[in-house]
Amino acid sequence: MNTSDHPALAVLDEIRDDFLSLEQSDRLMLLLEFADELPPLPPEYENHPDLFERVEECQAPVYIFPEVTDTSEFRLYATAPREAPTTRGFASILVQGLSGLTPEQVIEVPDDYPLTIGLTEAVSPLRIRGMMGMLRRIKRSVREQLQPRDL
Amino acid sequence: MPVEFETNEKFAEYAHPERLVTTGWVAQNLGRDGLVIVETDEDVLLYETGHIPTAVKLDWHTELNDPVTRDFVDGEKFAEVMRKKGISRGDTVVIYGDMNNWWAAYALWIFSLFGHEDVRLMDGGRSKWIAEDRELTREGPPRAASDYPVVERDDVSLRVFRDQVLEHLGKPLIDVRSPEEFRGERTSAPHLPEEGALRPGHIPGASNVPWSTAANEDGTFKSYAELEEIYLKNFGISKADDVIAYCRIGERSSHTWFVLYYLLGIDSAKNYDGSWTEWGSSVRVPIALGA
Repeated sequence: MNTSDHPALAVLDEIRDDFLSLEQSDRLMLLLEFADELPPLPPEYENHPDLFERVEECQAPVYIFPEVTDTSEFRLYATAPREAPTTRGFASILVQGLSGLTPEQVIEVPDDYPLTIGLTEAVSPLRIRGMMGMLRRIKRSVREQLQPRDL
Repeated sequence: MPVEFETNEKFAEYAHPERLVTTGWVAQNLGRDGLVIVETDEDVLLYETGHIPTAVKLDWHTELNDPVTRDFVDGEKFAEVMRKKGISRGDTVVIYGDMNNWWAAYALWIFSLFGHEDVRLMDGGRSKWIAEDRELTREGPPRAASDYPVVERDDVSLRVFRDQVLEHLGKPLIDVRSPEEFRGERTSAPHLPEEGALRPGHIPGASNVPWSTAANEDGTFKSYAELEEIYLKNFGISKADDVIAYCRIGERSSHTWFVLYYLLGIDSAKNYDGSWTEWGSSVRVPIALGA
């Protein structure tokens, strides 16, 4: 499924188009820009490891906290070490690409989005699996957080 | 023209001291003709965040592995990669990387399969260079393309395949994976995703020495006496023995192979790169469980 079928996923589409318009080596530089841009955790979450889930699919220690707020807004926080820029870059793409979506729209994001942004050759499919794992965990968490409210 | 070797007391104890250099030696020799510094990391972007000045990047996954067959690149492709990076056959290549030189040792082993004569590791790797607050740059190296020749890979001297390991059973094998993997509780290291092998366990008769046992806290190799104790005396292995090291896909065991072959001087030490992802999925090969 193409993300373009969902107008709400325009930012993800834009990120994908940006990557695809570049040569392989420049795609890595763009990923590095994303890695540099991963925002620090807001102070209120800094000392709450309990809220965060380890993404086991990634070799580097990356932790995510996908939050559905009381007002049903979706927020994503992520942290990964500076020594793991690839993983930071993946997390940053998702933080930017998913921000502003409703929880329902997050669930609609195609699972294979990480395979469509043109990084499998430069970064290798094995490493892209880490980003797939991140996205799957985000969607699962959002589904779980939505469930009680549907009852 | 190869660059002269580093000599110091620690290295002098090793069987092949010419295979190691210190971070200080690298800092002093940067820019020398005939010296190429190569960075190889687990993280494909780490080099771009800042690397040793003049260092070229080599990615083990996309540049040393064949993209289709489970094998390393052939002589043609290896020469192509070397040419593009500006590495000549006679150059002194010094490799370093993240995670205690785990991937750097893997790259060194593959350079050795192609018979590149002068290839060395920077003791302590990337983390030691950074810990010492040495210079890093994001500037790409301006190396001109080289004319690296096409050399046939030697798969006999330093590499073994599954059937040879079957014939080897009963002789020394070193399993360098984590104790959990060795005992058969999981098929990949605790920090890695479970993947790759249908059955857990280890090759019968193998001794478990996790690869990082060979390194000090700062990522440098332990002294000759310590390594001799860990790998030889503890298991009654002699330098004349045939020893095979393996892990999950042959990368961590390259690090141990480096220790066995170059630091301890076991001339017949070989690396089994099929490792557990092959052995643990093969039909009717023997498997042992537990410690």
